[in-house]
Amino acid sequence: MAERRLLFSLQLGFTLVVCAFLIVPVILSMLAGLTANYLSGVQSGLTLRWVGEVWSGYRETIFLSIGISLCCLAGTLVLGVPAAYVLAKRQSALSRAIEELLVMPVAVPGLATALALIVTYGAAGAFRTSWSFILVGHVLFTLPFMVRSVLAVLSAIDLKTLEEGAASLGAGFAQRFFHIVLPNCRSGILAGSLMVVTLSMGEFNMTWLLHTPLTKTLPVGLADAYASLRLEIGSAYTLVFFLMIVPLLLALQALTRPRPVKFVAEEEQP
Amino acid sequence: MTQATKPLAIRLRNCAKTFADGTRALQPLDLDIGAGETVVFLGPSGCGKTTTLRIIAGLERPDAGGSVLFDGEDVTALPIEARHVGMVFQSYALFPNMSVAENIGYGLRIRRLTRSEIAARVGEMLAMMRIEALADRRVDQLSGGQRQRVALARALAVRPRALLLDEPLTALDAKLRDSLRLEIDGLLRRLGITAVYVTHDQAEAMALGDRIVVMDHGRVAQVGRPREIYQRPATRFVADFIGTMNRLSGRIEQGRFVTAAGALAWPEAPADAREALFRPEDVAIDDGANPPLRGTVAAAFFLGDRTRLFVDVGGERPLVIETEARRDFARGQAIGLRVDSRGLMAL
Repeated sequence: MAERRLLFSLQLGFTLVVCAFLIVPVILSMLAGLTANYLSGVQSGLTLRWVGEVWSGYRETIFLSIGISLCCLAGTLVLGVPAAYVLAKRQSALSRAIEELLVMPVAVPGLATALALIVTYGAAGAFRTSWSFILVGHVLFTLPFMVRSVLAVLSAIDLKTLEEGAASLGAGFAQRFFHIVLPNCRSGILAGSLMVVTLSMGEFNMTWLLHTPLTKTLPVGLADAYASLRLEIGSAYTLVFFLMIVPLLLALQALTRPRPVKFVAEEEQP
Repeated sequence: MTQATKPLAIRLRNCAKTFADGTRALQPLDLDIGAGETVVFLGPSGCGKTTTLRIIAGLERPDAGGSVLFDGEDVTALPIEARHVGMVFQSYALFPNMSVAENIGYGLRIRRLTRSEIAARVGEMLAMMRIEALADRRVDQLSGGQRQRVALARALAVRPRALLLDEPLTALDAKLRDSLRLEIDGLLRRLGITAVYVTHDQAEAMALGDRIVVMDHGRVAQVGRPREIYQRPATRFVADFIGTMNRLSGRIEQGRFVTAAGALAWPEAPADAREALFRPEDVAIDDGANPPLRGTVAAAFFLGDRTRLFVDVGGERPLVIETEARRDFARGQAIGLRVDSRGLMAL
């Protein structure tokens, strides 16, 4: 008994140490963003001044990041869900090869993808300097996450028979797709959306090369703030980022939670 | 329940099916299914029975030259959604994103019936299948038997021209299978709907079919009423696939079939008969001094209501016979047998 309690205490202690290792820097950073003077510490008093400065100086990057991540989500939904559907329906060597190829942008360093985009489209002036250039990079990078998570759900259900069932009841292709296919891969779509939005929101590698001074996203702005301004402003920026992303994550997580399944015994009427 | 549409006559003409990889799933097939008739496709897996059903349904197209006629109208080119048939799948294919009532009403929603019409028809179906209490359940909360009832109700709700069932009871346990089989039988008789039923279970086929189409390796082996299929099998495959069949080899001598174990009276025997086939129930134990056949008991299984005996008569396989339960048999015991000559067949 004493041994078990000791073991438990050790495990609990270890868990707490790991948690502290992960969480303390975050708290310290957020605290730094609220401290009047970081060098003299918290005694110098708490202030919202730095948050205010971030808001006035970097407001645009926040809206741009939200805008790009939502457009990126729309893009991956429109491209990724039908792609996953086709890949799930046509199981062949070709479809498997396409599935593997889709993961390339994840495996290749973001910088390399960004360079390839610049080499290809660098001459297209208006496109190169617009935020849609960044969007294209983000869609490339996040599409596999959407396709994979939808495909995982579609492969787990007997899609072919479900569709045949709907067809036998008179449903045409569009009706089958919207009434049967989409609702049944809802959990995959939501999980994919969660990944896409957070990845797009936080993407730095690729965006750093793709952005122009007028199309800075939040992570690029953050790097900018840390590099050129007071540490407090950079930290306040982090705080703003957290305030934005955490509620979003919680909301998406709540949506993706699987519904509980109640099991019932075989009850047969005579 | 009301079956508004009149039953459909289905006609298959020269329907063959070759899959993309070149395998011939179905040899050219001609078949007429009468209005209101229940036809059961029976055979081992891979015999082409499901392919035939899928061709009727419109889920597969027959090879060029084949056609499917519904009441004389060529529907070969129509996909399933335009054929107005009801289909019940082995895996039920219930929509997990819908409740039981929504599943049953789905075909009506597609047909743009009004909300109140749908509610009325769904209620009627729930009552018919005696699953009113399940209306608001999710599909994953149902047992196998309940799922099958919902699948039937869903297929029938649209008042289809014909009902197509693909091994609907295979996924259920034996007891439930028996009770649902009875229920389906009652339902089909009551509705008078044309039904095509695919199964590998001969008991199901016997119980449900007005006619049975026995299939083997993509070909029709025999078409007939259950009694004909059982008592007058057309091929050795049918004889072996349906029920238990005994075989004795020998030859005809002076109107009698002479075997190693004795001779049988067989007035209707073909002159060149080399083998006699008969069912276990046509064999009886003969305790007289001169039984037509003599053998020794190889094994005896007490089945409760009867005893199943395996009797060695010097042939390749022992004869299987069924006898009353009261009598005890010992392995190696010598017994005499006689065979009802009406049950003898040559193939």
